[in-house]
Amino acid sequence: MESVQYHAPQSLEDAVPLLKEARTTPSRILAGGTDLLIQMRAGVKTPEMLIDIKKIPELTQLEMGADQIRLGAAVPSAVMDENAELHQQLPGVVEGMELIGSTQVQGRATPGGNLCNASPAGDGAPAMIVSSGQCVIFGPNGTRTIPVEEVCTAPGRTSLADDELLQEFIFPAPKPGQSDAYLRFIPRNEMDIAVVGVAANITVDASGTCTAAKVALGAIAPTVVIATDIAALLVGTKLDDDTLAAAAEMASGLGSPISDKRGTTEFRHRIAGVLTRRVIKIAAARAGERLQ
Amino acid sequence: MSTNKDYKWIGTRPIRPDGADKVTGRAAFGADKNLPGMLHAKILRSPFAHAKILSIDTSAAESASGVLAVMTSADMPDLASEMGEAGESAVDFRDLSHNILASGKVLYHGHAVAAVAATSAKLALAALKLIKVEYEELPVVLEIEDAMADDAPILHEDQFTPGGSKDKPSNVAAKMKLPRGDIDKGFAEADIIIEREFTTPTVHQGYIEPHAVTASMSASGHADIWCCTQGTFVVRAMTAKVLGMDVGKIKVTPSEIGGGFGAKTTVYLEPIAVKLSEKTGRPVKMVMDREEVLRATGPTSASVIKIKLGATNDGKLIAAQGSLKYGAGAFKGSPMAPGCMCVFASYEIPNFLIRGFDVVLNKPKVAAYRAPGAPMAAFAMESLMNEMATKLNLDPIEFRLKNAVKEGSVAAYGPKFPVIGFVETLEAAKAHPHYSAPLGKNQGRGVGTGFWFNIGMQSSATINVNESGSVTVITGSADIGGSRASMALFVAEELDISYDLITPLVSNTEEAGYCDVTGGSRTTFATGMAVVKASKNLVANMRKRAAKTWGIDIDDVTWEDGAAIAPAAADKQPLTMAQIATSAAKTGGPLTASASLTAQGAGAGFGVHICDVEVDPETGKTDVIRYTAIQDAGKAIHPSYVEGQYQGGAVQGIGWALNEEYVYNDKGVLQNFGFLDYRMPVANDLPMIDTVIVEVPNPSHPYGVRGVGETPIVPPLAAVAEAVNNAAGVRICHLPISPPRLLAEIDAK
Ligand SMILES: Cc1cc2nc3c(=O)[nH]c(=O)nc-3n(C[C@H](O)[C@H](O)[C@H](O)COP(=O)(O)OP(=O)(O)OC[C@H]3O[C@@H](n4cnc5c(N)ncnc54)[C@H](O)[C@@H]3O)c2cc1C
Repeated sequence: MESVQYHAPQSLEDAVPLLKEARTTPSRILAGGTDLLIQMRAGVKTPEMLIDIKKIPELTQLEMGADQIRLGAAVPSAVMDENAELHQQLPGVVEGMELIGSTQVQGRATPGGNLCNASPAGDGAPAMIVSSGQCVIFGPNGTRTIPVEEVCTAPGRTSLADDELLQEFIFPAPKPGQSDAYLRFIPRNEMDIAVVGVAANITVDASGTCTAAKVALGAIAPTVVIATDIAALLVGTKLDDDTLAAAAEMASGLGSPISDKRGTTEFRHRIAGVLTRRVIKIAAARAGERLQ
Repeated sequence: MSTNKDYKWIGTRPIRPDGADKVTGRAAFGADKNLPGMLHAKILRSPFAHAKILSIDTSAAESASGVLAVMTSADMPDLASEMGEAGESAVDFRDLSHNILASGKVLYHGHAVAAVAATSAKLALAALKLIKVEYEELPVVLEIEDAMADDAPILHEDQFTPGGSKDKPSNVAAKMKLPRGDIDKGFAEADIIIEREFTTPTVHQGYIEPHAVTASMSASGHADIWCCTQGTFVVRAMTAKVLGMDVGKIKVTPSEIGGGFGAKTTVYLEPIAVKLSEKTGRPVKMVMDREEVLRATGPTSASVIKIKLGATNDGKLIAAQGSLKYGAGAFKGSPMAPGCMCVFASYEIPNFLIRGFDVVLNKPKVAAYRAPGAPMAAFAMESLMNEMATKLNLDPIEFRLKNAVKEGSVAAYGPKFPVIGFVETLEAAKAHPHYSAPLGKNQGRGVGTGFWFNIGMQSSATINVNESGSVTVITGSADIGGSRASMALFVAEELDISYDLITPLVSNTEEAGYCDVTGGSRTTFATGMAVVKASKNLVANMRKRAAKTWGIDIDDVTWEDGAAIAPAAADKQPLTMAQIATSAAKTGGPLTASASLTAQGAGAGFGVHICDVEVDPETGKTDVIRYTAIQDAGKAIHPSYVEGQYQGGAVQGIGWALNEEYVYNDKGVLQNFGFLDYRMPVANDLPMIDTVIVEVPNPSHPYGVRGVGETPIVPPLAAVAEAVNNAAGVRICHLPISPPRLLAEIDAK
């Protein structure tokens, strides 16, 4: 790193000329920096300009509406974790973010950074996907909205243009009988990278029958795998043991996990199944509690 | 020596003298030393795990921007093979030199090949890329048994197995044999025989502070070295040898140390920094990064240990046989010998045969790690002790009590044990509520025991009395676990003055008397003995001063409550230490006292650990849910720091058992070279480690001290493995018990 220009725009409007400059100057958006600064130190990323987005109000707001929840891309995970209402509404999304790093990292790490870092093992994305998150993308020509799953295209790559930034996430407020959950497996209890991560969003009716489901798995493929077959299997069942066992088996067959120092292919397949069964149970139990 | 004597200071828990500086960030560690005009040096490391160096061309690097000097092994004298002391273990100075900078061959991935000193670390790194090294790749050998095979790639063409072929070089650098009795007869008399093979992976000590040094060579050829080390005098001796200097021309000043665990008793950077400083006439600083630490500094050995154990139906051990193979890394010198000496040391076994093998292979040269060699040996032996107890239908602690060594037992490695506390420690474990607490589903409990010799060696101490009556106590023993507090407590007890009046210091090699390394759990024992002796000398001196002041015989003066008193002369008011110090000019000059000694009679340490785990049978993940470490300390001078040693050793052992391992690819390139994937336990992986300090005083020490630093890493491996066995029903013979491995074992059940 020779020298780096640092800008901290105070508004989206102020960011526009910087984003325009980013079309020609190698640049990076800086949120918490818990991925980016480490990559810069290691020489993996060598931006000439940093655009710090933490001073832009729209990006640091968390708004709990009746119909939708707006989560600024640069809200630190510690702030998400401290919000009791968010825990109520989107417990899985909070779980995905709150197990990142340590207390110190929590104060900085953001959902936008987690998603845009585009790690196959990122813990934030699976739950944001199953809870039908939409991303508002801001650029010099205005905003566009895409589903969370359309942001990451490959490890380390996103669909955002050089002159765009992720402004916020919008989640529909969960309906009665609907909730989500996220589980990941690591050999330790903290400060580790997911061997597999699974999120589920489940809706049940008063009879305990599953009426809607979404399941997504991280760390088993270059980007998050949305398991539509598993969701289809769950709907219409009472999520009994046999159904869950079948779902687990399907999950074990998904993706193309690699064998490396963090786990073998076979192990990742196995754990994907175990976590899928467990996370569906947790989400369904939460959903049941939200029926009243 | 009275064991039940009430001490005023010994056994209390005052705040450590270095505490405030450490928690406020004021303490200076290895990388904190900066000097005007200082250069930064970086090391070029081998991209191959085994290769011949055909040529090194440094010319482009030498003329690169900011570069002032480049160095290779050609800048160091060619040494003949010569063994010397390196703390607890021996070192061949030629190997040491060739490990610092490769000569002729690189022997592991990351082996240092050249060094560059430049005006900034960045320019030094850039210049490394300009050094052209031509290599001829050689086949790589990473596993112990592969390295012992007849057709194995040979690391050192001039290394022959003692007693083996004199024509065919071998990777087996040393062998050892320890026999007793007649094992054939012993096994014939046994009712139950178990035989198993155990393996443990290469693991690193995992100290937080990477190696760091700043060196400055004066125009007159006097070198100053500032570094983080467990032994300034060993840094001095090694640097002198490797550079062909006299020790009198080298001064080593220690920084605070961010962990060592035995591994900071050798040198990697110091001779390079001194040489580069000599070449450039400027101070040179070198700081490793984590990757360099993991790739190229001493881990401890991987091991392959096979043990056969025979017992009679009444629960007595009758025969044992052990084959212990340790990987030394690129140069000879694994802790095979202490491993062999420890493996059966805790038990009375009438017939045994122990064989050991020290094997070189293409990994970094191992360095000492807490009780070097013993944890692997105990993993094997204690696992079999647990299995044997199950077969005999005996409580595992009861079974050990039936066979435990005690005063008068002849240790497997030769000498007769003096007063030792193994039985007391086992009994304390058995009585502990943890041992009988109920367990839940998928939970299991295991015990393991550990033995370590502990050592004495040489120490010196000096006490200077200030004119106010406060004192400074100076030693040359690096403080890696709170020993400064203990030194101050010894002085407080002996002089009968407040702990707060005492400033304990660790000084450099020119101002402190000689002290061997802080290793072998020796500092509180041996340097403590020197401090006690110096304190006694000082008290004698102060009594003499008082006698002179009063004009009476010294024998009529005693020392009490920090003052000289004359019990027989009612008219003499006590003379406090402050009064004696203030008037020292009139009674013979400044008050100072020193003592030096070779400490004899280090007391052996025994520990017993109880571990509860919960296993997730679907993922293979093991959580340690309760853990108690019980150990004989002889006498705990500062109980908090004794407990800290028990806890730290237990945690490192738990990591070794559960997740730590060097993962190499088949080319010998380490894959997990950072703390993210080299998985030491983090705080929330662990319960609070409970401790029990047993005190069976060591009669050779004035306060009964035994070393405590190393024994605690010996029991955990087997204790964790047995707990997993009891939770999941699988016998673990191969570490680490990582989730994929445990899941595979559960599947295979
Ligand atoms: C000790 C430690 C432990 C960790 N543990 C975990 C873990 O358990 N699980 C896990 O998933 N991650 C983990 N991480 C990684 C990291 O903390 C998370 O990915 C975090 O959410 C990143 O957020 P950030 O705000 O710090 O991102 P930054 O580092 O600021 O940014 C990351 C990337 O996203 C881009 N970016 C950031 N915000 C935006 C935006 N609004 N619009 C467009 N691009 C943007 C940046 O340019 C950069 O490329 C850990 C990191 C550390 C240091």
